[in-house]
Amino acid sequence: MIKKKFDPGPYLYLLPALIIIIVFRLIPIVLSFIVSFFNWSVTGVGSFIGFANYSRLLHDPEFWQSMLNTFYLVIFVVPVSLILSLVFAVLLNHIKALRGFFRSLYFIPTVTSMVAISIVWKLIFNQQTGLMNFLLAKIGIEPLGWLSESRGIFQLLLANLGIDLPAWLGGPSLALFSIIIVTIWKGLGYNTIIYLAGLQNIPEVYYEAADIDGAGRIKQFFKITWPLISPTTYYVMMMTTIVTFQVFSQIYLMTGPPIGGPLGTTKVIVYFLFEKGFGEGNDLSYASAVALVLFAVILTLTLLQKKLEKKVHY
Amino acid sequence: MHYKKTFTYFLLFLCGIVMIVPFLWMVTTSMKSQMEVNKGNLGFLPYERYPVFAENGNEYRIKIVLTEADSSYVNVFDENGKIVRSYLKIPNKVIKDKKHIRFHIDNFVTAFNKVPFGLYFKNTLIVSFSVVLGVIITSSLAAYAFARMRFRGREFLFYLFISMMMVPQPVYLIPSYIVLNQLNWLNTYQALIIPWLANIFTIFLLRQQFKTIPQELFDAASIDGCSRWGILWKIVLPLSKSVIATSAIFGFIGSWNSFMWPLVMIDDPKLRVLQVGLSYFSQEASTQTTLLMAASTFSILPLIILFLLAQRQIISSFASSGLKG
Repeated sequence: MIKKKFDPGPYLYLLPALIIIIVFRLIPIVLSFIVSFFNWSVTGVGSFIGFANYSRLLHDPEFWQSMLNTFYLVIFVVPVSLILSLVFAVLLNHIKALRGFFRSLYFIPTVTSMVAISIVWKLIFNQQTGLMNFLLAKIGIEPLGWLSESRGIFQLLLANLGIDLPAWLGGPSLALFSIIIVTIWKGLGYNTIIYLAGLQNIPEVYYEAADIDGAGRIKQFFKITWPLISPTTYYVMMMTTIVTFQVFSQIYLMTGPPIGGPLGTTKVIVYFLFEKGFGEGNDLSYASAVALVLFAVILTLTLLQKKLEKKVHY
Repeated sequence: MHYKKTFTYFLLFLCGIVMIVPFLWMVTTSMKSQMEVNKGNLGFLPYERYPVFAENGNEYRIKIVLTEADSSYVNVFDENGKIVRSYLKIPNKVIKDKKHIRFHIDNFVTAFNKVPFGLYFKNTLIVSFSVVLGVIITSSLAAYAFARMRFRGREFLFYLFISMMMVPQPVYLIPSYIVLNQLNWLNTYQALIIPWLANIFTIFLLRQQFKTIPQELFDAASIDGCSRWGILWKIVLPLSKSVIATSAIFGFIGSWNSFMWPLVMIDDPKLRVLQVGLSYFSQEASTQTTLLMAASTFSILPLIILFLLAQRQIISSFASSGLKG
């Protein structure tokens, strides 16, 4: 770097990508902050209203309901998906023949569109002509309401034992629980692949040493696999959390009418945002405020997990 | 030790069933007759019931035809489909319900023609191919600059890109709508293609790849008088074929499956992409479940075929996205 002459070359190579990213990422992100402070509609710029959208948000029961639904979704999907995909990956790692076959089998839901998958699962959960109730009937269980059941799953479970649980302790509605099942099923293959790649990075010698010391499979898992796989676990946890916070298509296609039903128990935050921004009223400013709050939540959780990771890391 | 292996395979097989059953059921339901489904034939085989006429130990297919005058008559057919007899009243005693498997392949044709799925496929192909081609071009150029050139602001720009990768789509969906509206691009192909012509993740992936090419190759090419542009075409890109293919497949899957963006940006039915068209179809035909399953089947088929052809590459590219992310 002796010559001082300005060389435009590198910038020319960057230019096409840079223009697209500035116009369709950077400007929109900055704009979303601005829009959230204005009374903006499809027709154009409105007046500055400061934090009005944010304070309206805090007093909007519908917003809190969708936040709660989203948290239910995340709290159920993330740990279950994590455990199941780790189990899948460990099992796959133990075999040689047919490993590729099973890996591909589990992976198919990941490459198929959420729209088609939602349509299929909506029918599977259909009360009259669905597969779920058909199979339940075969083993002598009463048909369930699935996507049209607004009562919480804990409430339903305990009602069978004759215990009356108040609604606020009822947990996610059975309808939301159906969405949870689909969301876990859809993401399982991806997480399994990530875990499998992580497992294959653990040197074989550790297990050989443990074999010599006489440690059993279970002990090996908790003493070797689990600690050494923890970076992958953090990654899978983070990705699944981020993706689950943004669930939209399942809700849009599987629930309702009205979407988000029954009784708003499946309305998640991204659908709430969509409805406010592009439904009746077209309140783009309010929707922007919702989007930014969602972003803040995701960012906070990501940073928290990063901090936690640093503390526990080996 | 042997029974342990068997048990592992058993578990894997069981999990495999759970993962694949929705697809199996989708395909079998798509080939049933709607009447059978409504009657409660919900299993995995497209059974169909049909009445037969039994006489002297022989069974004949029959067809019940309802006439206008509310009285019906019955035609009895032999194996060749010829009418052997007709009754004016249904002879209850000799009619039995029999089951046979029949695949209603015609559901696929009916579903495909019910709404313009051909058009939706065309739109999706135009959008997906344009996006993939564009992403590969812009990302190769940008990644080449990031990996192999020194310039002011390189680190800053790179971290700016990476940090924007963290922003979830719902955040820039609304302002992008405003920007596209200002450009008068809502309801055009541009709205579906141009914002997606650069992909930060692909830039990142290609940059990693370009960095692994040994410096000696660049030096040798420079000495031979090869320009920057020439090195990109003659050395960098040919050595990165597999990563480029991976990025292309990745981009294609993402573009093919994207739903929320085209749902928001496009109102014009003529510009609907497959996912949006399928979503509207699911509302219109909500009671015709066999047609819905047929449409779902043919809409995921192209990607399933792509996946089966390039399983190894697709899976390893998804896996690498995890390890680097």
